Amino acid sequence: MKSSEIKREQQVEQTPEIPSDATTETTPTMPRRQFLTGLIRKATAATVFLGSGGLWKSLFAQETNKYNPEDHDYAMAIDIDKCIGCGRCVDACKKENEVPQDAMHFRTWVERYVIPSEGETLVDSPNGGMDGFPEIDEDVDILRTFFVPKLCNHCANPPCVQVCPVGATFVSPDGVVLVDEDYCVGCRYCIQACPYGARYLHPEKHVAEKCTLCYHRITKGLVPACVEVCPTKARIFGEVGKKASPLRRFLRFKDISVLKPWLNTEPKVFYGGADGEVT
Amino acid sequence: MSHRPWHIAPLVALFTILIVVFLVARAKLVPETFGDLGFYRAQALDDVSELEISYAGMDACFDCHDDVFEEKSGSYHDGLSCEVCHGPSAKHVDEPDEFTPTAPRERGYCILCHGYNPSRPSGFPQILPEQHNPGKVCMSCHEPHNPLLPHTPEECSACHRDVANVKQVSHHATLECVTCHDVPDAHRTDPRNEHAEKPIDPSTCAKCHADGADSSEKIPRVDIEEHGGRYLCWDCHYPHYPESK
Repeated sequence: MKSSEIKREQQVEQTPEIPSDATTETTPTMPRRQFLTGLIRKATAATVFLGSGGLWKSLFAQETNKYNPEDHDYAMAIDIDKCIGCGRCVDACKKENEVPQDAMHFRTWVERYVIPSEGETLVDSPNGGMDGFPEIDEDVDILRTFFVPKLCNHCANPPCVQVCPVGATFVSPDGVVLVDEDYCVGCRYCIQACPYGARYLHPEKHVAEKCTLCYHRITKGLVPACVEVCPTKARIFGEVGKKASPLRRFLRFKDISVLKPWLNTEPKVFYGGADGEVT
Repeated sequence: MSHRPWHIAPLVALFTILIVVFLVARAKLVPETFGDLGFYRAQALDDVSELEISYAGMDACFDCHDDVFEEKSGSYHDGLSCEVCHGPSAKHVDEPDEFTPTAPRERGYCILCHGYNPSRPSGFPQILPEQHNPGKVCMSCHEPHNPLLPHTPEECSACHRDVANVKQVSHHATLECVTCHDVPDAHRTDPRNEHAEKPIDPSTCAKCHADGADSSEKIPRVDIEEHGGRYLCWDCHYPHYPESK
């Protein structure tokens, strides 16, 4: 189509928009009027933009670039084939988040699975796996054995949030299940509801606590403490929606499973290479 | 003029008072930012994210300790965060002179990762602490920032302890690893890039187990062509422990 034809078409389209009081004027003056109105509009917009500090903001965008939770959707993946059960993640989690230093309270812990040739699978986690694991009983005929780190699964459909009577636990806009320490009444409903045993009641504060994916770290651009210290990179932290990231690559190339999928909790902790016995 | 329902007036007054009380109580009791983002206090997001960090992260360490960065890069401990061994050091980053990170010297710390444990993945370097120079501090032979082996390992079991443990109680105990595996010399010093080969067809097993094989008569024999059909030997028999079921 020639350019003259395009102009003519535009003029034809514009004709019905002519206000009724302008009908007395001849058609060739229309573009000039539109040009002038457009000019006035642009001038006004520029004045408002400058006046409201828009230019200032756009020049110093870095300073005003505040963390926006809407832009993120965090998740974690765990490579069972790489976990050596050293328990450094458990130790780091306790130190980073001031979790009580006893064998009852953990935000993350490492379980050892021992699958014998016959009989039931043995699962243990002495002190969360922080101090190593005792030798396996000599009588057990080991078929398979491996370590499984556990933590809050940050479900997209979390049962703990559903049962909270006061709205003290919630899914943040960036997909992390958090507890509002100042608002929790310590009723323990959420601890009962969690199918993964990921919550505990803080013995002194009397509020429910859990893994926050180190929310105070990830919002500062750091990785969670457990991911930082994992010596074999068995823990992979990332965002579900961001392409070309280690997490996406892991999800693409590994056999991925989640814990207790039949509960429809939609966990966002993905296990790679997990045995069918792992629940 | 119609009759006015005056008897409703006390009820209206009561309800008005109740509604006003409810509204006032609600305004007083519901926290300020409750409901801004959902059924929770939006302020809680900021409360949680404002907590102090303890682990500074590896990048913060290398801002100053570039010599250790040089030493570590390319070594087996390349990706290992400094704070795994030296402990949480965010305070040290803020005030380097006030707080000094710890540096474990004791033998037990290395063993947390490198002590033999059958549940660990195969190939991860592990030692038997009771047999591996007992009483000696690891650092006297191994430099933690670049943990090369003090000498090239002579035995495969130095790294493949899990395989060695099983094999030594099996009928294959006396077999050298190289009987079945083609191991390039460079595998001893550069195991991640120079891989040992695994058998690819039954001919490896046939050297001893075929009907006409030149081996001890006590070794079980099979017709390699017929036995197992289309399956390979190790689809059913675990070569490091062949008597297992």
